[in-house]
Amino acid sequence: MKIDAIKNGIVIDHIAAGCGMQLYNMLGLDKLDCSVAIIKNAPSLKMGKKDIIKIDSHFDVNLDIVSFVSPEATVNIIENEVCVEKRKTELPERLVNIIKCKNPRCITTVEQEITQEFVLTDRKKREYRCIYCDTKAEVNR
Amino acid sequence: MRNLINILDLSVEELDELIAVADDILEDPDKYREVCKSKILATLFYEPSTRTRLSFESAMLSLGGQVLGFSEASSSSAAKGESVADTIAIVSGYADIIAMRHPKEGAPLVAARHARVPIINAGDGGHYHPTQTLADLLTIHHEKGRFDHLTIGLCGDLKFGRTVHSLIEAMSRYEGVKFVLISPEELKLPSFVKQEYIKDKKIPYVQSTSLDEVIGTLDILYMTRVQKERFFNEEDYVRLKDSYILTTEKMKLAREDMIVMHPLPRVNEISTAVDDDPRACYFRQTYYGKLMRMALIMKLLDLKV
Ligand SMILES: [Zn+2]
Repeated sequence: MKIDAIKNGIVIDHIAAGCGMQLYNMLGLDKLDCSVAIIKNAPSLKMGKKDIIKIDSHFDVNLDIVSFVSPEATVNIIENEVCVEKRKTELPERLVNIIKCKNPRCITTVEQEITQEFVLTDRKKREYRCIYCDTKAEVNR
Repeated sequence: MRNLINILDLSVEELDELIAVADDILEDPDKYREVCKSKILATLFYEPSTRTRLSFESAMLSLGGQVLGFSEASSSSAAKGESVADTIAIVSGYADIIAMRHPKEGAPLVAARHARVPIINAGDGGHYHPTQTLADLLTIHHEKGRFDHLTIGLCGDLKFGRTVHSLIEAMSRYEGVKFVLISPEELKLPSFVKQEYIKDKKIPYVQSTSLDEVIGTLDILYMTRVQKERFFNEEDYVRLKDSYILTTEKMKLAREDMIVMHPLPRVNEISTAVDDDPRACYFRQTYYGKLMRMALIMKLLDLKV
């Protein structure tokens, strides 16, 4: 399979295999007009299999979302077909308005304007909890 | 500390401070009669809980303060769709401190983020109820004289009983504490509570389905209600409910100095004949609850005698 190289844009590489689509949705890439490619299960020396997303514009990628979905992922900024910057992501301490609490008894489910906020409670397990009800964030990664 | 949302907002030292004040109030309540003169406590109860509300109001009145508020959502602006944030912003102008009960988890934290005065969580759904835990802790302090080296039996509904979870959380901070978890299979302590507060902290525990078998090992027996609604069928409920009812016969198997606690209200899980046993301290427990609420109000308002 061949995907054309990007002239100016962003390549999110080393996404854990199977997480590409979720990342695509959470970053809101469906709303972009430019071409976006998701490559699933690309062979990787380091990871065995990986997903890759290529965006044909200088979209402002929310690094918190990237590292939340797939902490190993790297964000590469491409200019004139050359990678000019590699952004390594780091697991964020807080996730603000990135995911929603699924606990039906949580105050955020009845009062929509409240900021959705999760805090990192276990770095090793990559576990986040809702600051209001302490429910663990559900992610299918 | 400005608000009390979760019992762990209080350090062990702050807890000791509150207990010292509560002790002093118990000794000489007159000394405290005017501490909160000209202060107002708002009790915002989005769901009814008469006992908790009365305890807060009695606490404030005994400190010489005044109270206002509502006792259910239908009689408040929430019925018209006002957000917690808006209500709190408004009430912050009417009161010096707010005690709030809400059926949704986390509502008091939302309140705390919008309030200009201290917020006390008076219960948020099945989540936290820190002032009940304060009452429990003062009871243990007074009746047992210590927090460490105690074997604490928790009996009944350990699955949904939030007071049980908070008490475990609070007591797991002391040395030499051991838990005995007594419940039917259906109402066992949730695994995340067991993992976080007991196993991770390497605290010894015993799990049992029989109160008779373990009651003789306990320093404290904390009883909770086994509610019919928690069972899938009537049969299981009828089969199980008697094993978790405390009777005078079962009390004969207990130590002379064991104490019986209960967050109340009780239904039938403690037979009324046990009330006369000096080891039964659940009614004293409610009074301790009021004293701790008094101490807490003073601390949050930064008032001293
Ligand atoms: Zn929540």
